[in-house]
Amino acid sequence: MRRGDLVQLLGPIGLVVLVGIIGSLGFVSPDRQVEILGALVSVAIVVSLYVFVGNSGVVSFGHVSFVAVGAFAAGVMTIPVTLKPTITPGLFSLLARHSLGNVPSLVLAALVGGVFALLVGIPLMRLSGLSAGIATFAVLGVTHNILGNWTKIGPGPLTLTTIPQTTGMLQGTLGAVGVVLVAFAYQRSRFGRKLRAAREDPAAARAAGIDIHRERLWAFALSGTLCGFAGGLFVHQAGTLQAGDVYLDLTFLTLAMLVVGGVGSLWGAVVGALVVSALGSFLLDAENGDVGFVNDLLGKPLWGGSRLVGVAAFMALVLVLLPSGLTNGREFGLPRLPRIRRPVRGSAS
Amino acid sequence: MTEHVQTLLDAVALGSIYGLMAIGIGLVFGVLRLVNFAYGQLVMAGAYALALTQDVSVVLSIALCFAVVLALSLAMELAAFRPLRNASPTTMLVATFAISYLLQSIALVRFGAIGKILVVIPQLTKPLTIGSLHVRWITIVTILVAAGVFAALTLFLTRTSIGLQMRAASIDSETARLLGVRANAVITVAVLISGAIAALVAVILPMAVPERILVTPDYALRETIIVLVGVVVGGIDRLLTATLGGFTMGFLVGALSGFLPSSGSWPFTSSVYLDSAVFMLVIVVLLLRPEGLFTRSRRSVVDRV
Repeated sequence: MRRGDLVQLLGPIGLVVLVGIIGSLGFVSPDRQVEILGALVSVAIVVSLYVFVGNSGVVSFGHVSFVAVGAFAAGVMTIPVTLKPTITPGLFSLLARHSLGNVPSLVLAALVGGVFALLVGIPLMRLSGLSAGIATFAVLGVTHNILGNWTKIGPGPLTLTTIPQTTGMLQGTLGAVGVVLVAFAYQRSRFGRKLRAAREDPAAARAAGIDIHRERLWAFALSGTLCGFAGGLFVHQAGTLQAGDVYLDLTFLTLAMLVVGGVGSLWGAVVGALVVSALGSFLLDAENGDVGFVNDLLGKPLWGGSRLVGVAAFMALVLVLLPSGLTNGREFGLPRLPRIRRPVRGSAS
Repeated sequence: MTEHVQTLLDAVALGSIYGLMAIGIGLVFGVLRLVNFAYGQLVMAGAYALALTQDVSVVLSIALCFAVVLALSLAMELAAFRPLRNASPTTMLVATFAISYLLQSIALVRFGAIGKILVVIPQLTKPLTIGSLHVRWITIVTILVAAGVFAALTLFLTRTSIGLQMRAASIDSETARLLGVRANAVITVAVLISGAIAALVAVILPMAVPERILVTPDYALRETIIVLVGVVVGGIDRLLTATLGGFTMGFLVGALSGFLPSSGSWPFTSSVYLDSAVFMLVIVVLLLRPEGLFTRSRRSVVDRV
């Protein structure tokens, strides 16, 4: 790897690790730690989404279905066997009689997400444009409807509780860093470069012998695997889960994060997830009256519910004013020093 | 037998409402190439306008509903659609996603999560009895109104100058502009008509669909999702195919919920899995005919250079 590549990778990873370290400091309140952990899980989900959307240029409204199956798989399989009859009475006996530890459950979540994405992707990756967007949305609808009603594989319309909350600051940080590493490795690989070429100019890419359908399918399956894993982190952070938690709101939030940061780059995905999370926590503080200057300005805390309005308004504003996001679709780079012109000796570079 | 006729009539009425929404979404798509996910929130705003003014006279209340929805559609066009006019279709779709959530959260903060009961014209919800058949008046009115709107719009698009300009702009906006079609005027008219249809739906929907009597911040969201899907499945490029797509989805939802049993332990066997069944059908149709179910010509799926 060249030095510039290393810098590109160190930007996102450094930022994630920094957030994790800040979250582990002693003086940070438990509430704030929960928010920081939530932000790290968001980074994992948004980067997973970016692996497909960013590299292929095809928007998917269905990726939260892979988060959902990962979350349900990890959740259902880590509840203690003795509690399963009361929490999810209808389970298939195979699921009811076994439980997994923390790490195996994350692996299972990734596997379930990946296999599901592969199966869905085989037919769906033939579509493009608006039909592809609507079809992925339909997948989300089917997944949500089945997870929210079928009691043989989960709680159905009820809430899954007593899930071990094993996603701590260390695991959350490591998880997010892992997802970023995989995403970076993929986009530097032969497969990632082929897919990015197809994003820029499908006709030229096809003429150069790239099978767009196959490259999209690989990215979709990889992205689904990462989403499933992120879903595992998500459920082990929350401790409870119902089908509504991993549906439209999460789809909107993660897409918003990706678009706000800039769809075209890994750096954009990380920045978007963290900026929107930070804005959310700031507005929540302001609602609770913990932000001094807002209290002074209004004479009272911010109205209840401002967080929702603020995040949505911020996203709409960024989309209208900066359609390519805060990072403008660029990877992380150090600011360049002005170069002194020297006569070129020998060959360039 | 009469039971089936009633179910089918209700399904046709639901299809008519979805068809109306499809017209609203299809008109704006035609001139702007923009899929408006926030369309349902126009209906929501109209429904709140009606629900909060139930103590004044019905005519005034409905007039207010139209005023609110038209103002909101115009604001959406000026503040969001116009700056995004040259953005990619997906950016625009995500932007309307954001607007939809913005309006929902404003409604949530302002009016709370607990719904308000809304009956606009109580007389219309009474049943009409023909032999052993009981049909609510609103069912008949809905079907007639939808047919009327579609007929009026067809006349408008084929017989008036601005209607012709609108069709020209939706087929090839650049050439139309070169030939002297004023883009902003045409777009504004399309947005206003689309808004008026949303207001109409806000009046009809709470009476026609029993579970929609309660106005909440996510009012009409489910309908919008299904209509959007239906519009793309039917063929978003033409108003007729888009409307047919919306109608078909509404009819399907109505008919399936009437005929499927209400409980079952496996997916797709009962009406709780209605959404799954509909969305699965959608996926199959999209795979077989990605350019739209009702479009006539089969264009090559591969983009030409």
